[in-house]
Amino acid sequence: MTLGLSVGIVVGYLLLALAVGLVAYRVSETTAEDYYLASRSIGTVVLLFTTFATLLSAFTFFGGPNLAFGAGPEWLIVMGTLDGVLFAVLWYVIGYKQWLIGNRNGYVTLGEMLGDRFGSTALRALVAGISLLWLFPYVMLQQMGAGEALVGLTGGVVPYWGGAALVTLFMILYVTLAGMRGVAWTDTLQGLFMLSIVWIAAIWVVSAVGGVGAATGAMLEARPEFGSFGGGLYSPGFIISTAITIAFGVTMFPQINQRFFVAKSGRVLKRSFVLWPVLVLLLFVPAFMIGAWAAGMPIDVPEGANVLPVVLNEYTPAWFAALVVAGAMAAMMSSSDSMLLSGSSYFTRDLYRPLVSADASEEREAWIARVGVAGFALLAFVASLFRPGTLIEVGSTAFSGFALLALPVICALYWQRTTRSGMIAGVLVPQLAYLAVVLSSVVPVVPTLPRTVAGGWDVALGLMVLSAALTVGVSLVTAPATEGDASRFAVAGD
Amino acid sequence: MGRLRSDLVWVPTFAVLVALAVPWPLWGVDRVVAGLPVWIWWHIAWLGLCTGLFSLFVRSGAWERGMGLRSGTTADDGAPMTGGDRR
Repeated sequence: MTLGLSVGIVVGYLLLALAVGLVAYRVSETTAEDYYLASRSIGTVVLLFTTFATLLSAFTFFGGPNLAFGAGPEWLIVMGTLDGVLFAVLWYVIGYKQWLIGNRNGYVTLGEMLGDRFGSTALRALVAGISLLWLFPYVMLQQMGAGEALVGLTGGVVPYWGGAALVTLFMILYVTLAGMRGVAWTDTLQGLFMLSIVWIAAIWVVSAVGGVGAATGAMLEARPEFGSFGGGLYSPGFIISTAITIAFGVTMFPQINQRFFVAKSGRVLKRSFVLWPVLVLLLFVPAFMIGAWAAGMPIDVPEGANVLPVVLNEYTPAWFAALVVAGAMAAMMSSSDSMLLSGSSYFTRDLYRPLVSADASEEREAWIARVGVAGFALLAFVASLFRPGTLIEVGSTAFSGFALLALPVICALYWQRTTRSGMIAGVLVPQLAYLAVVLSSVVPVVPTLPRTVAGGWDVALGLMVLSAALTVGVSLVTAPATEGDASRFAVAGD
Repeated sequence: MGRLRSDLVWVPTFAVLVALAVPWPLWGVDRVVAGLPVWIWWHIAWLGLCTGLFSLFVRSGAWERGMGLRSGTTADDGAPMTGGDRR
């Protein structure tokens, strides 16, 4: 009975989100600009929540509490700093500039913007290809999270693959039916829902264990080292490199980067920028503190399980735990459908059209996009069955891969002297190096290259420096290509 | 171009906001205040400060001037700006 109720709540919530998407679909136009960008008409609340819900993935909702449970509440500081402050600053430096440029020239994707500026189809395809490459592990991460969530909620009655398959099915249905407008609408619904539910969960759990002071006291009794800032996993190197790689990586995520083109007006971007630190804090404090407090609770978290559903099952009624898991799965779905949607626009606009068939009809492009989404999601589903790492590990790998794009892009946005060769060198070389590091840990025959050096410093941080050095260095020794046009990125004057 | 020299103060301000969002001065401190480790309160207060200063940055017009635009002349109303070519 309870089991039926739990699964019913999860499936019911996913169906509700799908219904909202279908309503959005009915009011949408059939042009590519509407499908991908909702005709650049997204307002403050929707933009704020659509970006917010996209960031809110299995990485935040399950990975974060798990890490706080295992290593201490410092994860709150790492995520708060990178998302609440550094990302907000980048929101202005990269996001607002891209919005100004996109608004003048009608760009839809990052690759398109760079390809047009530097007169280079190769650069356009390169950026799109790299983005799709790192998108893959991140979509897979959502499927892993959903699979683990349902195992935790139903005590293993719904198998891991079942949860992963369920969320895969919904994300494919969703993206192929609704487009950006639908995604943005449900993101708002889900963002508000999750923000409320995570607070109710925290208050419920905290009152059950006797208040905030008692929860912290029990945590410190079980894990005294959680009370002092730093130590253990949290070395300065880990904190700094995690914050920097993730914050820069997030700006280059297709689904986030495309948000920089969708705002209705500059005012929308401003308001979102101002509210960002507070919104981030409102979500992270309850979510991660439940994880940290769980260390002092008399609960048994099985190996490989997520801590959040275990805590909720212990201290809240079954229907409520199901609702939280539904919210979390909805978050994963909304992350994934945003990603898949943006990924499909990268695929059709930056790879398929320029390289395969420039004069494909709109209908054919839409068809290719949908088949591409389904194929990509299914491949990620298959990969998720192998569970190649923890949620945080898989997520960090993807973030770092994207982060390597950020500094060359900033260079292109602000430094007119940047050349095509500089961009290609600055984008390609660090990616190849990072790919070698990542693959060396998966392929058994080669020695595994270190991911971190000297006490937690991520090699990706060094590769970010290399990407900037190569972009600037190669630009200085090469001449601008004749097809390039620096005035494309001018935002003032005419 | 509408940049003001006084706007340059935002560059170090943002740098400090980012750098000290991590409570470095409380490294190793384990005092608990009002139920939470004191360094968590630092972080919460700091993010509140960020929202306050971000709001000031936007309202002062430095937001537009930073991009070389005159304040109040951007397409806040959503009208596409002139000068580019939309395709």
